[in-house]
Amino acid sequence: MRELKITPIKNGTVIDHIGNGLALEVLRIIGVGSLDKDSTVSVAIHVRSGKLGWKDIVKVENMELSPRKVNAIALLAPTATISIIRDFKVREKRTVDLPDRIVGVLRCPNPNCISNQPEPLESEFEVAERRPIVLKCAFCERRVEDFRRHLA
Amino acid sequence: MSLHGRDVVSIRDLTRAEIEEILAASRRMIPYAEGTKVAHPLANKVVAMAFFEPSTRTRLSFEAAVHRLGGDCLTIADAGATSMRKGESLYDTIRMLSSYADAIVIRHPHEGAARLAARASERPVLNAGDGAGQHPTQTLLDLATMHEAFGTLSGLRVVLLGDLKFGRTVHSLAFALAEFGSEIVLSSPPSLRLPDEHRDDLRRLGAQVTEEPDLDRAIRDADVLYVTRIQKERFGDDDAEYRRVAGTYRIDNRVLAEAKPRLIVLHPLPRAGEVAPEVDHTPHAAYFRQAFLAVPVRMALLEAILGPKPRRR
Repeated sequence: MRELKITPIKNGTVIDHIGNGLALEVLRIIGVGSLDKDSTVSVAIHVRSGKLGWKDIVKVENMELSPRKVNAIALLAPTATISIIRDFKVREKRTVDLPDRIVGVLRCPNPNCISNQPEPLESEFEVAERRPIVLKCAFCERRVEDFRRHLA
Repeated sequence: MSLHGRDVVSIRDLTRAEIEEILAASRRMIPYAEGTKVAHPLANKVVAMAFFEPSTRTRLSFEAAVHRLGGDCLTIADAGATSMRKGESLYDTIRMLSSYADAIVIRHPHEGAARLAARASERPVLNAGDGAGQHPTQTLLDLATMHEAFGTLSGLRVVLLGDLKFGRTVHSLAFALAEFGSEIVLSSPPSLRLPDEHRDDLRRLGAQVTEEPDLDRAIRDADVLYVTRIQKERFGDDDAEYRRVAGTYRIDNRVLAEAKPRLIVLHPLPRAGEVAPEVDHTPHAAYFRQAFLAVPVRMALLEAILGPKPRRR
């Protein structure tokens, strides 16, 4: 008998190939508290994966991710793939790509940075290095390696 | 590439060739800075001095530079007297100012403020110090002083002494010295070492960097001794530790007795006892010359950014 650990969804987004143990970070990025009441979220943690050994999966019904959220996932879970499901079919599938600039996703860890003051601006980081990922604040030039602690 | 109309927020905004160009222009500018020659390439230009933090040397030398070039200044010297006190953002203040002036010189207590100002302004912005961040024109005048003394910026052995952690002038200077291929000797108490990210940056540039906390050993064979102020507030309530550190890094004639005869001592000033007044009367003292060179260096930069557009050669 075929066992379904997570049922298929009709419409929504499947975030697959999330690094093992990172599903909760992805849920934080999606912002589960602010979802539509029709959006059921299923989470599978520690699932066998041919590619990664072990992986996490997150499925969210009736939601498509904004580019900003995709960028945040690219930062925290760079191996993730995102599939858009419409009427039970995968309409679009892609890997997450880290852009050269990341806007509005993180807060600068430097409390004295102008981006942490009441100014009409969004936080902005340049990708200084890709492997491992190192970001640099576009304002104060502070380098950030530990992204999880600085999600906006 | 021409500097005309450009922002200068960080020393990294300038290439090595551009820095060399500014230093060469500043040497030609010296008689104009002294007032023995007169030219007014900035006639009818207005430069705003937006100083949101106290400053003596930087603001006055920028103002002197504008006046010597025939331009005029609009000055905010006390942020408390502006609408920022009513809660106006820096962004709006700069946006407004950029419609009154041809360029803006900014000093601000927050890191990254000059980068924000450059985005808000339609006119060129020159960073005159943002928090513990960048102070590129200070670096230019530090380099100008070394170049005047040695005729080169390559192959020098430069000791950076004192507060290498918070001292904003040393971070930009170390970067520029690495670009020019000078050797950098870091000499500081353990609590005020150069932060790792700056050290990594220097290594990536292939810079020759050594650490020598012992002052006497650091000075041996040095060409330049760059002294920074050790600020009491960095030590919290530990008065005894402050006095011990400040005493260890004090430069006087006894310390300099072992130095090369041509060693020059630089200090961004104001000094708070790090360099004894007796040093002023020795050929090592270059810090007042350094303070003077602020004017021709800033004149050269202002002329390049705001003066008549260079003709294509």
